[in-house]
Amino acid sequence: MSDQGLGASVARKEDRRFLLGKGRYTDDVTLPNQSYAVFVRSPHANAAIRSIDARQALAAPGVLAVLTGEDAAADDLGGIPCGWTITSKDGSKMVAPPHPALVKGKARHTGDPVAMVIAETRAQAKDAAQLVEVDYDPQPAVAHLNAAVANGAPQVWDEAPGNVCFDWHLGDAAATDAEFAKAERVVAIDLTNNRVAPNAIEPRAANGYYDDVEDRYTLYTTSQNPHLTRLLLAAYTLKVPEQKLRVVAPDVGGGFGSKIFHYAEELLVLWASKKVGHPVKWTSDRSEAFLSDAHGRDHVTHAELALTADGKFRALSVRTLANMGAYLSTFAPAIPTYLHATLLSGPYVIPAIYAEVKAIFTHTVPVDAVRGAGRPEATYLLERLVDKAARELGIDRVEIRRKNLIQPDQFPYQTPVALQYDVGDYPATLDMALQAIDYGKFAERKAESEQRGKLRGFGISTYIEACGIAPSALVGALGAGAGLYEAATVRVHPTGSVTVFTGSHSHGQGHETTFAQLVNERLGIPIENIEIVHGDTDRIPFGMGTYGSRSAAVGGSAIYKAVDKIVDKGKKIAAHLLEANVADVEFEDGKYRVAGTDREKTFGEVAFTAYVPHNYPIDTVEPGLEDSAFYDPKNFTFPGGCHLVEVEVDPETGVVEVVDVAIADDVGVIINPMIVDGQAHGGLAHGIGQALLEECVYDTEGQLLSGSFMSYTMPRAADLPSFKVGNHVTACTHNPTGIKGVGEVGAIGVPPAVINAVLDALAPLGVTHLDMPATPEKVWRAIQAAQGGAA
Amino acid sequence: MATISLKVNEKSHVVDVEARTLLVELLREHLRLTGTHVGCDTSQCGACTVWVDGKSVKSCAMLAVEADGAAVTTIEGLSGNGKLHPMQTAFHTCHGLQCGFCTPGMVMRATELIQRNPNPTEDEVRHGLEGNLCRCTGYHNIVKAVLTAAETVRGGAQ
Repeated sequence: MSDQGLGASVARKEDRRFLLGKGRYTDDVTLPNQSYAVFVRSPHANAAIRSIDARQALAAPGVLAVLTGEDAAADDLGGIPCGWTITSKDGSKMVAPPHPALVKGKARHTGDPVAMVIAETRAQAKDAAQLVEVDYDPQPAVAHLNAAVANGAPQVWDEAPGNVCFDWHLGDAAATDAEFAKAERVVAIDLTNNRVAPNAIEPRAANGYYDDVEDRYTLYTTSQNPHLTRLLLAAYTLKVPEQKLRVVAPDVGGGFGSKIFHYAEELLVLWASKKVGHPVKWTSDRSEAFLSDAHGRDHVTHAELALTADGKFRALSVRTLANMGAYLSTFAPAIPTYLHATLLSGPYVIPAIYAEVKAIFTHTVPVDAVRGAGRPEATYLLERLVDKAARELGIDRVEIRRKNLIQPDQFPYQTPVALQYDVGDYPATLDMALQAIDYGKFAERKAESEQRGKLRGFGISTYIEACGIAPSALVGALGAGAGLYEAATVRVHPTGSVTVFTGSHSHGQGHETTFAQLVNERLGIPIENIEIVHGDTDRIPFGMGTYGSRSAAVGGSAIYKAVDKIVDKGKKIAAHLLEANVADVEFEDGKYRVAGTDREKTFGEVAFTAYVPHNYPIDTVEPGLEDSAFYDPKNFTFPGGCHLVEVEVDPETGVVEVVDVAIADDVGVIINPMIVDGQAHGGLAHGIGQALLEECVYDTEGQLLSGSFMSYTMPRAADLPSFKVGNHVTACTHNPTGIKGVGEVGAIGVPPAVINAVLDALAPLGVTHLDMPATPEKVWRAIQAAQGGAA
Repeated sequence: MATISLKVNEKSHVVDVEARTLLVELLREHLRLTGTHVGCDTSQCGACTVWVDGKSVKSCAMLAVEADGAAVTTIEGLSGNGKLHPMQTAFHTCHGLQCGFCTPGMVMRATELIQRNPNPTEDEVRHGLEGNLCRCTGYHNIVKAVLTAAETVRGGAQ
């Protein structure tokens, strides 16, 4: 291992520009003759639009245009497509209603875009937007799952009776029923998974420019996957071929899933730019983000676990309602199905599982992937249920898990819900986490807390997740509209430095460093001489982008494959220079050597020869040293581990303080431990935020009550402790890097550990159930109710 | 329109601004100092934190005209000549940043924090950063960076 290769905690190459304020984010890009767009959005959750009067707005200073759904339809702009089709139990396809970029005739959630105002300055556009008169006819709306499936509920779409988008299932119902029929014990739980807003600190933005000389469009956008955005623009929305479209996602200030999807604003700024003859920039403000970024989670679930009397799991049955919002966002239908129900075996042996998922339309912002995407929902329900089972059966919470974990010698392990886990060591991560938190002394700490009037609780979650969703042929069969491979081009320059063009996109993950480390590991070139290029469709051959913790496992494997081709070509050149057989040439530590001799050529010498081919095997080897690879994974990767949390609850106020967090994850081979730990930290904060603080609250009229950072509680530094993070590595068996993925583990593993800890703390008071987020008010009311007080 | 004069990063400027122009808009759009970021519209996130006369201020919560006559320091001016301030160095070595968007505001706030309290506890750092949101790091390494920078600066002063 070199001091910059696998396992080295090198500081990040990309930091410098960010630290000096020289990052280049989408809103930082201002083009000559820049104009600005502001959207008029529906203030009603469900309203017919009788008319739009833009006369006053058009007369306002600086206004270049006011565009509506009528204009979009006249220009044949395509609707925003959904990229995944789910087939219901009865064989019918899901209901996929139209999703116009600007609505026409009807708004279906607060924030639905009704008109677009373009002016010379942002302030002028904002002023003029106030002058657009929209005559709305508000109608009854429905925002919540249980209300949406009730008889007589307002209907979001005529073509979706009962507001049902699809009614899907997975697993063996008969086998599961049979286990329940003979079960010695059955434990049931009803819970919700709270709706959350992604809230990357950089709001979304898009700057579109139409060049009428070249007849070519350029889009700067806050995207996690610029090629996917270009593909959807080309094929569905703008309907302009790819070679006429350049999509650039420059520095992007966090994504967390929300910047995967193709959004209406990306299409509209390009379309409007051609109409007004100026580049058009739109930058979301935070309140607008709450009403236009896809939300996450929002499940209502009933689940039952069948067990033997001594606590062995026999079967799991799950019924979930999943909120889709008013329209289907890009990957929305895949989240509660293939990224949720397939994870329901967790890290456990459960002989039979059956899951039913009904996706429901409501008059709310669309729901799609947010950090974890389906896997947090699965982990939460399973880990809450396992804790409840331990309590009801009188078994220790750690022991019931230990008793049911898949053992290291059981891999590959086929679950009853489609997945085959390749490798793992769950008992090892369980023990590692217990040791880190010093579980044996919990009783002492609890007693000490009690002396201070605090109730201390211990919470545990043992989890599994699935990253690098694949292979393409399988996801295609399951309804995906895209392939899920990744692409890389490795260009070796004549003097031996390297540029890597990757289809992955870094928006905080540190690829400029970790991908350079991967190349360093293979070629021995210092990372200072390796540049990683991402985020520009004109520079990178193709890419599927970054989400689902796929970049290192899938994008990194593509780089490895491209490097393999480079190394092989280099062997032919070296063999020629060394006057040896290719089969006798070895490559190690940056040198080609004739096996068993000291005759060698450095990688740099070979690279130079490739570009200055004077003494060269020109008849059989082309000059130059550059190659590409597309890597299509053979399977998901399966990170897993154990998350432990200790909380103190103030019984007088209901305030929960997270006092200790210790986790042990197996994320596969680690490139840069410092970055891996950082990813885990961020996920933990996200998960603790969901468990204790965050919720998108809609009222019964469909108004979003928590629509700004004043009312939506984000985790802050003083809400969190420092984290104890450990890793136990088993290498992924089916990709060349052995990497599994780390970006989401915290958000997946920790929420149930937090709630299990709160319930443990409150158990002496008789509280047995809480839904997230466990806010002080909710905890206080639960205490009062359990104590028979006035809640 | 009003004409104001102010110093930004030691450089004098005379600018015409609307009465409603925010300080952050002046910095980003008039002076093209795009290191100062906007992450919210309710003065909650702190991405726009700069110094006005040496005190950290959320520049989205201050009108440009209020900065008339003031000396403003942004992330671009924290340290000169492309060099890193010890706080910036500590963020780099401790991996206190990921996407980098909250970083300028976080660094400005943190630097002022250790100027006021050169030897803070972890708890004081966490409370001192409550006005700044980060979605990437979970604050763990930011806190570590601030404590590290405080130690470096204290060492340098001795």
